[in-house]
Amino acid sequence: MGELATEKHVRYILSVEKRKDNFESVVMEHLRINGAYWGLTALDLLGKLDTVDVDEVVSWLMSCLHESGGFGGNVGHDPHILYTLSAVQVLALFDKLDVIDVDKVTNYIVSLQNEDGSFSGDMWGEVDTRFSYIAICCLSILHRLEKIDVEKAVKYILSCKNMDGGFGCTPGGESHAGQIFCCVGALAITGSLDLVDKDLLGWWLCERQVKSGGLNGRPEKLPDVCYSWWVLSSLTMIDRVHWISKEKLIKFIIDCQDTENGGISDRPDDAVDVFHTFFGVAGLSLLEYPGLKPIDPAYALPVDVVNRIFFTK
Amino acid sequence: MESRSGDREGEEEQHRRVPLRERPEWSDVTPLPQNDGPNPVVPIQYTEDFAEVTDYFRAVYVADERSPRALALTDEAIQFNSGNYTVWHFRRLILESLKIDLHSELGFVERMAAGNSKNYQMWHHRRWVAEKLGPEAGNIELEFTKKILSIDAKHYHAWSHRKWVLQSLGGWEDELNYCTELLEEDIFNNSAWSQRYFVITRSPFLGGLKAMRESEVLYTIGAIEAYPENESSWRYLRGLYKGETTSWVNDPQVSSVCLKILRTKSNYLFALSTILDLICSGYQPNEDIRDAIDALKTTDMDKQNSDVDDIGDQKILNMAGSICSILEQVDPIRVNYWIWRKSRLLPST
Ligand SMILES: [Zn+2]
Repeated sequence: MGELATEKHVRYILSVEKRKDNFESVVMEHLRINGAYWGLTALDLLGKLDTVDVDEVVSWLMSCLHESGGFGGNVGHDPHILYTLSAVQVLALFDKLDVIDVDKVTNYIVSLQNEDGSFSGDMWGEVDTRFSYIAICCLSILHRLEKIDVEKAVKYILSCKNMDGGFGCTPGGESHAGQIFCCVGALAITGSLDLVDKDLLGWWLCERQVKSGGLNGRPEKLPDVCYSWWVLSSLTMIDRVHWISKEKLIKFIIDCQDTENGGISDRPDDAVDVFHTFFGVAGLSLLEYPGLKPIDPAYALPVDVVNRIFFTK
Repeated sequence: MESRSGDREGEEEQHRRVPLRERPEWSDVTPLPQNDGPNPVVPIQYTEDFAEVTDYFRAVYVADERSPRALALTDEAIQFNSGNYTVWHFRRLILESLKIDLHSELGFVERMAAGNSKNYQMWHHRRWVAEKLGPEAGNIELEFTKKILSIDAKHYHAWSHRKWVLQSLGGWEDELNYCTELLEEDIFNNSAWSQRYFVITRSPFLGGLKAMRESEVLYTIGAIEAYPENESSWRYLRGLYKGETTSWVNDPQVSSVCLKILRTKSNYLFALSTILDLICSGYQPNEDIRDAIDALKTTDMDKQNSDVDDIGDQKILNMAGSICSILEQVDPIRVNYWIWRKSRLLPST
């Protein structure tokens, strides 16, 4: 088996936004905060976060913060819960959470909870269990989980549980690894994992591993590095990760590397991007690949960052 | 998964495009370039046209200009980047202010979907429009999703939208047939199975799971017999007995479909794991099942579990152990799962 091309991935991540005439970077403009979270967290896992100018990133992040307490995906963009979590996660990475008015950001997220316990993504009311996870994860990092109706939030997530043990985006929605990560993550953070049917869900999740060693997000779909992370982290949270073949999954992720120019793709021989680079590195970290910092499966942040948030303050 | 909305389809469009700065209707507007904040991390490079549209958009957005030309501009901006929440948001504000007939907006979304349909914003926008149009939009929306699903039958957004349409605007009457149709095309389509379960448990016309069970069990067994390696149909069968494990254990149709497949000695993984689940829920396998399982054992397993003197529970327990051993061999990637299942087998008395 090949090895993780750490140096090349670091160089790839650092270069990615600097690249000229890149259609990809133009399309990324509106979600640059997400991109920053993926890139910077991957750098931290690779042990190279110190190559980044913290003050520059933090002042740019703060210029994406709106009066409402929500963050936009970039300067001049409307606030959305998706970008707010990424902003808070990046600030947590740098131990800079004190630069924001925590109550203001909290109020923004609290305002997005609906009567049935679900969360909307922004003022337009799109509802999705992804937003439940984001709200819960974000408020937990800010030590403000008690500001929402946690019981109702959990009840809504459980209403999206299916007969196969998985979860969908809304009640009755097809089970999907990404949604499962969100629901299991939210339940883990709120201390409600006892409400998950772990054996049934664990079996569904380990059925996602295909011959190549990669994991898919739904039955009969192609394996993908990002789904591998969502399945793997969910299995880790419900303590069933030993049910899949770790060696084969490591090999699959390693096979998705661009060993020449760095970066990781969704599956072998495809084009790399920051998103899959992060999920590849994160997956390897969860698989205890040597040389990587360990990552927390629920917060999707390095374990030392999570410990700093919860145990030193 | 698509993380970014790379609307590459739009690239061709760029060649035929007249730049906004050369169009008379935009001569009074000064485009507003992206302010990357006090200390940009890294300056972002824009392709020229994209940048121009974005700069003009920023100008009308900041001026809150809710005009027909601003509406047309959001159209262009969305074509360049359909993942931008701000543009969609502003478009809705304009549609509201100008009191635009929303039927035409459905056509707009349809055009966008033809380029890139895996985009949360577009689907949310579609739902916003349909919600405003009310029940009259029901059929249009069912047709719209049908069109998308005819290209990608597992399209998660399209299915989510369709489920919302059924629950909010109605149109359940033909949905079970539609599921059957899609499953005829691809019996492995987990999304269609999910939709089928959604229909039989939630349709106001079918009487619920219990009323549907008999006919659905028949249908599913047919599907399983045709493709016993299909994870989706097995899970659906189990789902038909949700909350009624006793009926599941006692229904001879379940054990006989398992037996039938075990006897073929091919693609029997799910049949075998179902027998294991049944045993763990109190099922007592008959002679035929026992023989069929024995026939799948390899010689070294025979030696392990050949204690013919065992009676009753111990015998069943040994058989469950053999099932796990067989599954460890035929499903090596999940060997640890089957070992764990074996470790959980305990005498029930
Ligand atoms: Zn992916």
